[in-house]
Amino acid sequence: MDWSLLLTQLMNGLQLGLLLFLLASGLTLIFGIMDFINLSHGSFYMIGAYFCGSIVARGGSFLVAVLVALVGMFIVGALIERVIARRLYRADHLDHVLATFGLILIFDAIVHIVWGPSGMAIPLPAILDGQVTLGSLVLPTYRLVIISGGLLVAAILSVLVTRSRLGMMIRAGASNRTMAEALGVNIHKLFLIVFAIGATMSGFAGMLIAPITEASIGMGNDIIIIAFVVVIVGGIGSIKGAFHASILIGLIDTLGRSYLDDLLKIFMSLDYAETAAPALSAMLVYILMAVVLAFRPQGLFPPAGIRA
Amino acid sequence: MTAWFPSSISGRCYCVLLVLLAVAPWIFQWTDQPFLLDLLSRGLILAIAATSLNLIMGYGGMVSLGHAAFIGIGAYCVGIPAYYDLYNGWFHLGLTIVVSAVFALLAGAVSLRTRGVYFIMITLAFSQMVYFAFVSLEEYGGDDGLVIYLRSEFPDFLTMQGPVALYYWIFATLLLTLFLVHRLVRARFGRVIAGAKHNEQRMQSLGFDTYRYRLTCYVISGVTCGLAGMLLGNFTGFISPEMMSWIRSGELIFMVVMGGSGFLFGPLVGTGAFVILEQYLPEFMKFLNPSWLEYWHLPFGLLLVLLVLFGKGGIHGMLSKLDSRTRQSDR
Repeated sequence: MDWSLLLTQLMNGLQLGLLLFLLASGLTLIFGIMDFINLSHGSFYMIGAYFCGSIVARGGSFLVAVLVALVGMFIVGALIERVIARRLYRADHLDHVLATFGLILIFDAIVHIVWGPSGMAIPLPAILDGQVTLGSLVLPTYRLVIISGGLLVAAILSVLVTRSRLGMMIRAGASNRTMAEALGVNIHKLFLIVFAIGATMSGFAGMLIAPITEASIGMGNDIIIIAFVVVIVGGIGSIKGAFHASILIGLIDTLGRSYLDDLLKIFMSLDYAETAAPALSAMLVYILMAVVLAFRPQGLFPPAGIRA
Repeated sequence: MTAWFPSSISGRCYCVLLVLLAVAPWIFQWTDQPFLLDLLSRGLILAIAATSLNLIMGYGGMVSLGHAAFIGIGAYCVGIPAYYDLYNGWFHLGLTIVVSAVFALLAGAVSLRTRGVYFIMITLAFSQMVYFAFVSLEEYGGDDGLVIYLRSEFPDFLTMQGPVALYYWIFATLLLTLFLVHRLVRARFGRVIAGAKHNEQRMQSLGFDTYRYRLTCYVISGVTCGLAGMLLGNFTGFISPEMMSWIRSGELIFMVVMGGSGFLFGPLVGTGAFVILEQYLPEFMKFLNPSWLEYWHLPFGLLLVLLVLFGKGGIHGMLSKLDSRTRQSDR
């Protein structure tokens, strides 16, 4: 077995997992606290990438672009919460699905109008563009940047949620919204902040991935579904669950795509394994989601106080 | 609607609508507008799919964000045999029914263990599985899809060849679907489904095995939607996994809600509105400003958001307001 290939794939899986975590942590909070299904959470991912890209294109350095775009994403998130999302919390889930589906169309059209139909490539600064040698392993520098960026945000979020007053309110809101409200938590302000933080993190994920894939219209529409898988598998409203599930799903997806055919070849014919493997590996995460939903609908790591 | 001719305004509107749909091909041939017949055919196929979704979503409260999977299954039940030069229509029809029923039974048996938002997510999961399964089937075109060169072959008096014949196939299937749903929801079966939507425990304590009722309902809905897919495959002559992406499932929900979820003719009217918007909104934008042609998703999305915020009951809801203004509604 090729161990350096396995290590590379593990790093790829970790990278995908951390990107998913950036999307899913906000999604799971919005889902858990506001009971709001936000299909358009992936649009923030796209908008973040475009924000960052257009600042870089105007001659900003990548780091400055990311920082400015993060502030921009916070404002966009807060705005959407005040104007649209807030009116929908009381509606039923079907209405959430419909309205946020409409929001996706609106965001895609706005990006189309502002930035045009073709994608936007984001050049990396020379320092980040090289490769790093770790023992026998050669890795692109930028991959390490994504991984450490994701881990950093995860660490900040974990401190914020477990150690700060805001985090206490968030946890209270996630396990019992009505009770938190009765105890004097300003629920409107809390919702606004949670939504905006979620949008910012989703946008951050978009900024991180854009130099590799380039920013394009609809880039969030595929990943948002996997982010929902993460939220469900981890348990709605649970940051810790989102973290474990993101890494798990990132690894399953990446390793499945590279090793499933070898695995299948053990117990079926070569031809058959080579046809079945790509189909099965693309389906793996959804199979996991269906199994979790069927046998443990509260998720693998449900937040404290929630009994399903 | 006990009277032979409905007495309410909305009921009369739907009657007129069905008569118009029945004579539409003649009108379009007369006025030489084959394009409109195409548009109408596509609309009615989607209406069959939306009506099948309405059965589980509107009457049964099972919101599925994966119903487009059945459209894809039906379409591939025509496409894959056609790939091997098997054009027998009965075979296509039988295969569609069996495969969609089996898939609905398996997916439904697992999905219906869950409720509400979890049901939305698990139906999404199953449709994504089907989607990616077909994306990775390189033999049948994978991502790029499959061209169907010939339509399903039926005996002469049932032929699908030619646009008008295909239209009547579609129209007849739609009528059958509407009739089936109409009878089902008024039968004891439909009462149990509706009862379980509002209060499942009560239905269970009355002695109904609601799980089995819901599963049956889901299978009926899935097979009907599969038939819509079979017709769509014949109609477009080109099928691809894109037909079953979750965006398509979202559009189906939109059609049902736009027309009026939980009303027999709601999905038909909603699909009509959807197809008209999809076709003429771009032209309207172009009329406003030629360079705006591609931006039609913007007003479309806005309409969706506004529909949710202000348009309770959809188009049917507005029509029934007319009814209650004259006299009691026909519900």
